[in-house]
Amino acid sequence: MAEFEVEIKPENLVYGTPKLITDRIMHYCPGCSHGTIHKLVAEVIEEMGLAEKTIGVSPVGCSVFAYNYIDIDWVQAAHGRAAAVATAVKRLYPEKMVFTYQGDGDLAAIGTGESIHACNRGENIVVIYINNAIYGMTGGQMAPTTLLGMKTATTPYGRDPKLHGYPYKIADMMAHLDGVCYITRQSVHTPVNVRKAKKALRKAFENAMAGKGLSLVEFVATCNSGWKQSPVASNRWMEENMLPFYPLGDIKDI
Amino acid sequence: MAKIKGTIIVDKERCKGCAVCVASCPFQVLHLSSQVNGRGYPFAEMEHPDQCTGCASCAVICPDSCITVYRQKFE
Ligand SMILES: Cc1ncc(C[n+]2csc(CCOP(=O)(O)OP(=O)(O)O)c2C)c(N)n1
Ligand code: SF4
Ligand code: SF4
Ligand code: SF4
Ligand SMILES: [Mg+2]
Repeated sequence: MAEFEVEIKPENLVYGTPKLITDRIMHYCPGCSHGTIHKLVAEVIEEMGLAEKTIGVSPVGCSVFAYNYIDIDWVQAAHGRAAAVATAVKRLYPEKMVFTYQGDGDLAAIGTGESIHACNRGENIVVIYINNAIYGMTGGQMAPTTLLGMKTATTPYGRDPKLHGYPYKIADMMAHLDGVCYITRQSVHTPVNVRKAKKALRKAFENAMAGKGLSLVEFVATCNSGWKQSPVASNRWMEENMLPFYPLGDIKDI
Repeated sequence: MAKIKGTIIVDKERCKGCAVCVASCPFQVLHLSSQVNGRGYPFAEMEHPDQCTGCASCAVICPDSCITVYRQKFE
């Protein structure tokens, strides 16, 4: 087959690592959704020409070190406070593109108040919300988003609503707030979903730059270490168990 | 007859052997190596390189940005 040997040259390049992704090896577990989502963030910033204009706010959670992996300006916020910090940054620098990157423990547990009020005020920021239904960083404890029956370090017999309450869809709740212009739920568990998610993320960034209000992009994601499954099995489990409760698609778009 | 062929280059040392790319290739081109890299992970490699179309599915899903994709048309 030597006659059909593809030549490695720039004209033949179809896909390469986004330029804003640094050389540093990510600390994430093999197969973790955070890495794939980081690439999308880097690609959107790069393609919109916003590398010098964007300020990210990283959370507490596994993605606390996001600032090591995407070569833009960052602020690292206290646990749950990313949307409050992003509010301050955006108001001080209204011409900048400001976004937060937060897990479900960060956004939907300890930071519920800050997140909801940033939405309600209609801050011109993007909130990227990574919902893996667990506290990944601290060893896989139950989060408010944990599915009923799901086993975690703190629900070893499965989440029981009588004891632990119900999982909740904070993105759907936020859709009722007038300050929010766009809410969508995406995933990165297949190449098709990755490509769709990128379009949604780009739209959110465009909204923020156009001053339309707050956009929230939820990613239903895996935490294979916390779920105690292989990365490939986690993607399958997510599709079968998470997506029926957290269905993909736009929730609000005005 | 025109033929489109693809190929990929894997950054072996960056790869963590998660196999998400293997599961996502529509043409079953990839598998994990029997050797391990410097950090002890098996890495993704092409088992059936002739079947690669350069669709980039493996590369877009790779969480660790390990895969570069090339594609060429042969007349
Ligand atoms: C004020 C405070 N309370 C609790 C913690 C412990 N803590 C660290 S990360 C985390 C939850 C992380 O979960 P999530 O936001 O879902 O992120 P993931 O790691 O799953 O991506 C908690 C409770 C902390 N660091 N600070
Ligand atoms: S603990 Fe979970 S969320 Fe954290 S890096 Fe590992 S797989 Fe990802
Ligand atoms: S480029 Fe497409 S065909 Fe080639 S290895 Fe990757 S997923 Fe498979
Ligand atoms: S998806 Fe990336 S890190 Fe995972 S096995 Fe494939 S090349 Fe390696
Ligand atoms: Mg989480």
